[in-house]
Amino acid sequence: MTPLLELDDVEKHFPVRDALGRSRGAVRAVDGVSLSVPEGGVLAIVGESGCGKSTLGRVALRLIEPDRGAIRFQGEDLRRLSGAALRARRRDMQIIFQDPFASLDPRMTVEDAVAEPLILHGTVPRARIRDRVAEMLVRVGLRPELARRWPHEFSGGQRQRIAIARALASGPKLVIGDEPVSALDVSVQAQVVNLLQDLIRDLGLTFILISHDLGVVRHIADRVAVMYLGRIVEEGPAPEVFANPRHPYTRALLAAVPGQGTAAPPLEGDVPSPISPPPGCRFHTRCPHAAARCSAEVPLLLGAGHRAACHFADTLPPAAPLREADPGGERLRRLQAFFRPPPAQTGAMP
Amino acid sequence: MTVPALTIENLSVEFATDRGSLRAVDGVSLSVAPGRTLAVVGESGSGKSVSALAVMGLLPGSARVGGHIALDGEDLLALPPEALRARRGGAMAMIFQEPMTSLNPAFTAGEQVAEALRVHRGLAPAAAFAEAVAMLERVRIPDAARRARQYPHQLSGGMRQRVMIAIALACRPRLLLADEPTTALDVTVQAQILALLGQLKRETGTAVVLITHDLGVVADHAEDVAVMYAGRVVERASAATLFARPEHPYTVGLLGAAPRLTGGEGRLASIEGTVPDMRNPPPGCRFAPRCPFAITRCVAEPPPLAEVAPGHMTACWRAPLAQVLGAA
Ligand SMILES: Nc1ncnc2c1ncn2[C@@H]1O[C@H](COP(=O)(O)OP(=O)(O)O)[C@@H](O)[C@H]1O
Ligand SMILES: Nc1ncnc2c1ncn2[C@@H]1O[C@H](COP(=O)(O)OP(=O)(O)O)[C@@H](O)[C@H]1O
Ligand code: SF4
Ligand code: SF4
Ligand SMILES: [Mg+2]
Ligand SMILES: [Mg+2]
Repeated sequence: MTPLLELDDVEKHFPVRDALGRSRGAVRAVDGVSLSVPEGGVLAIVGESGCGKSTLGRVALRLIEPDRGAIRFQGEDLRRLSGAALRARRRDMQIIFQDPFASLDPRMTVEDAVAEPLILHGTVPRARIRDRVAEMLVRVGLRPELARRWPHEFSGGQRQRIAIARALASGPKLVIGDEPVSALDVSVQAQVVNLLQDLIRDLGLTFILISHDLGVVRHIADRVAVMYLGRIVEEGPAPEVFANPRHPYTRALLAAVPGQGTAAPPLEGDVPSPISPPPGCRFHTRCPHAAARCSAEVPLLLGAGHRAACHFADTLPPAAPLREADPGGERLRRLQAFFRPPPAQTGAMP
Repeated sequence: MTVPALTIENLSVEFATDRGSLRAVDGVSLSVAPGRTLAVVGESGSGKSVSALAVMGLLPGSARVGGHIALDGEDLLALPPEALRARRGGAMAMIFQEPMTSLNPAFTAGEQVAEALRVHRGLAPAAAFAEAVAMLERVRIPDAARRARQYPHQLSGGMRQRVMIAIALACRPRLLLADEPTTALDVTVQAQILALLGQLKRETGTAVVLITHDLGVVADHAEDVAVMYAGRVVERASAATLFARPEHPYTVGLLGAAPRLTGGEGRLASIEGTVPDMRNPPPGCRFAPRCPFAITRCVAEPPPLAEVAPGHMTACWRAPLAQVLGAA
């Protein structure tokens, strides 16, 4: 089966200039990424800030032009499309951003914000637009009476619901969420995570979740790709990658999660500059397993189903297990059941 | 029982704003012993930073502060401004989420640590700079002698936070207030900084107040916890007790809202609704509009923070929560 989205050796570098306008090389934000996104379900892209997640997401939707590589959506090369054909495709691909305060135009009512993509793409006849907006608001858990209000009248969590309604209004096949819950407080984050899960399931969406929060990723992703300095270092089914990480960087990320990580000591040092990444394996300056070969030879992303870009992926000692702590036990689970409302009936898309 | 380094009793902070007055902190009581870390956890707007700023005497003039704050038995709210200034950076120090806003961009890292040493420990300039380099080494800045001559913008976020820690610890404070010190950092760097703070605390016996919204950080890095909600402390316990036997419904909800790396929780527990508007908070229990266990009394009367077990306090009319489970 053709994947919904396919990236083939995609590269995006940002030129860097000094104060006098002289070239100082380039930030290698995305540096040779190949990825195949099957239809349906959630693929997460994880990694620390600056590793190229957002750039990759924007390139995938061709919101920014890659320098090199192919982007195929349902087998069609997006880079060959322009004008009306590209616009028609855009209807199938939407993005939700992190900052719910920046992502809505303060001069547009909720109704106008959600209606805009419907008008742009001619999704429904004009006479039906108002009904459709009301329906979308209900679907994301907001009362339709709120349609005439302004963004500043809403909390961060409600704004993110509005942004989700806007992204889903035109009935896209693929949605990218770029840190969609990262700016929300944990109790509100849980509401929005639950909502996203319901919508992804009910609407049969393909969702790319960009996130640095490994707990959220484990919770909703089917597959996960780990990035470091512009490259994917590991990719595979989420339960597999979390239980049995093959790449030393993935292991270090998991070890560092407060309260849940493994007992491995924290990684030393900072991420090197993406302008001049280390030669060979980009992780070798911080890797506890680095050997001579690592600084000389670039490791390829190898494996079937669960891939890792490490020369020693097959011979590393087993990863330290995650902490299975359950201090609250049965009592806490019974109390928490009161905080678990039944899934919202978001219904199928008409 | 050791004598606490910091004792806060019935602290209240009220701001006069254009749209009426706002009581950001309402009757908060806390204490921290030397060599221990108290985590103050709660969502944004719950009054964590305002409480810490009240201790430091750094609130703006529009703030009205009530209650008692004692550092080693000395009443901080009664001190004249110059004396309080001497305590800041001397007996007590604070580090913030964004070190860039507290560092001076025009001075090198070493100069800024040395300045603290000159002011508070009376060292001569050359001795202060040498000691500053030693301090930067102590907070594990690699190549400290070279880094000491660099400006903040030449350092990574993690290194800037290390410089802030060096400045804060330069004068061997009895109390360190750390307000979300790793929230802006990546997870691997966060782990380094929190490990460093813990180690320095063990070496110096400083009392630490660690403000965070991350219960995972609490689990790994604090001995005691206070959970805040809408300007009040709703639960206080040792960290071990809080995770094993939380007694406040808000804590129960928070613990279930954070997904786990091992997966398998089905739907996340979620606390419906949002935090109250602090200009017009609910009259009774502030959590009542979001609490699945609320009863009539909760809406009318604020529950006091009371002991449910030795050393374990909760502000809930329905505590112990065994009641709501129907067990005896
Ligand atoms: N428009 C841009 N111009 C220059 N550099 C950029 C631009 N966008 C991103 N970068 C750089 O590219 C790298 C990757 O950035 P980004 O994709 O935003 O990472 P992430 O989302 O993983 O934090 C970073 O070093 C960032 O500073
Ligand atoms: N200088 C100020 N003037 C008016 N209100 C303030 C001021 N500082 C903080 N507040 C308010 O006090 C409340 C508590 O804030 P804060 O202590 O910063 O919360 P937290 O640190 O828990 O996120 C918030 O409602 C905030 O808007
Ligand atoms: S290739 Fe070498 S340096 Fe890179 S992750 Fe594997 S062991 Fe570490
Ligand atoms: S006092 Fe009532 S509303 Fe408040 S937390 Fe307890 S049960 Fe819930
Ligand atoms: Mg990003
Ligand atoms: Mg704060």
